[in-house]
Amino acid sequence: MKIGVVTFPGTLDDRDAARAVRYAGGEAVALWHDDADLKGVDAVILPGGFSYGDYLRCGAISRFSPVMEPLITAAKGGMPLLGICNGFQVLAEAHLIPGALTRNHELHFLCRDQKLTIENTDTAWTSSYSKGQEILIPLKNGEGAYMCDDETLAMLEGEGRIIARYVGENPNGSRNLIAGITNERGNIVGLMPHPEHAIDSLTGPSADGLGFFTSVLKAMVK
Amino acid sequence: MAKIVVDVMLKPEILDPQGKAVAAALPRLGFTFATDVRQGKRFEITVDGEPTAAQLAEVEIAAEKLLSNPVIENFVVRVEK
Repeated sequence: MKIGVVTFPGTLDDRDAARAVRYAGGEAVALWHDDADLKGVDAVILPGGFSYGDYLRCGAISRFSPVMEPLITAAKGGMPLLGICNGFQVLAEAHLIPGALTRNHELHFLCRDQKLTIENTDTAWTSSYSKGQEILIPLKNGEGAYMCDDETLAMLEGEGRIIARYVGENPNGSRNLIAGITNERGNIVGLMPHPEHAIDSLTGPSADGLGFFTSVLKAMVK
Repeated sequence: MAKIVVDVMLKPEILDPQGKAVAAALPRLGFTFATDVRQGKRFEITVDGEPTAAQLAEVEIAAEKLLSNPVIENFVVRVEK
């Protein structure tokens, strides 16, 4: 099972994402933003960081990288695609998922361990969890406030497409405490906090994040 | 030389924390005139000679595709002498 991890100029978390893939039992394949080649991978992760320095809007320039063209086609065809943090912003800019990520409501960059509840376990990236399960993984972002219009919000709620919500006080002003959402088909997931930084208790606050990576390996065996 | 200017603003219903922070700073300096502040982006695009209608039409497309995110922002294209 090959899982591609894309590196843009300014990406930070590609190594941890690749490590999480190997930890879960998959083969991590490095993909380069300037290369319109998915190298035969079965799934792709857009990791966190500050691609293109967050210039213009977070993810706005990355979204037009050469690698995105085959990636968008493959994801629309059902290939599992996970966008974490900056990757979530890229997914939103590419309109692969609805809404947008905007500046945290208190303006501060946040970096802390954050509790989430997993609300949808039917996606390619969340099937290893149980519905309602609480997990603890790092949250680190400056523009993590999930925004969409009322109609989109009602649609996401009605179709159960909110995959994870923040527990407790709203950390960044996201509507309805949204931490992550999925597309209609459940193969594309965008998540603001970082599961790849929580795959063992030696290097993270928990091993709770590993489930995202074991889920996709299971999804591909099916 | 004429410039094509694109002004991009967050839609009115989108929270603008930067504008709010500026609005909160103004009274600290003794400026009490503002009831609200919204912060946006301005792009100045230089072309050879006077902008043509075709160029302006292309700028409109570029503004929609790249310079703004239509999910959260509105834009206006104009020519400045």
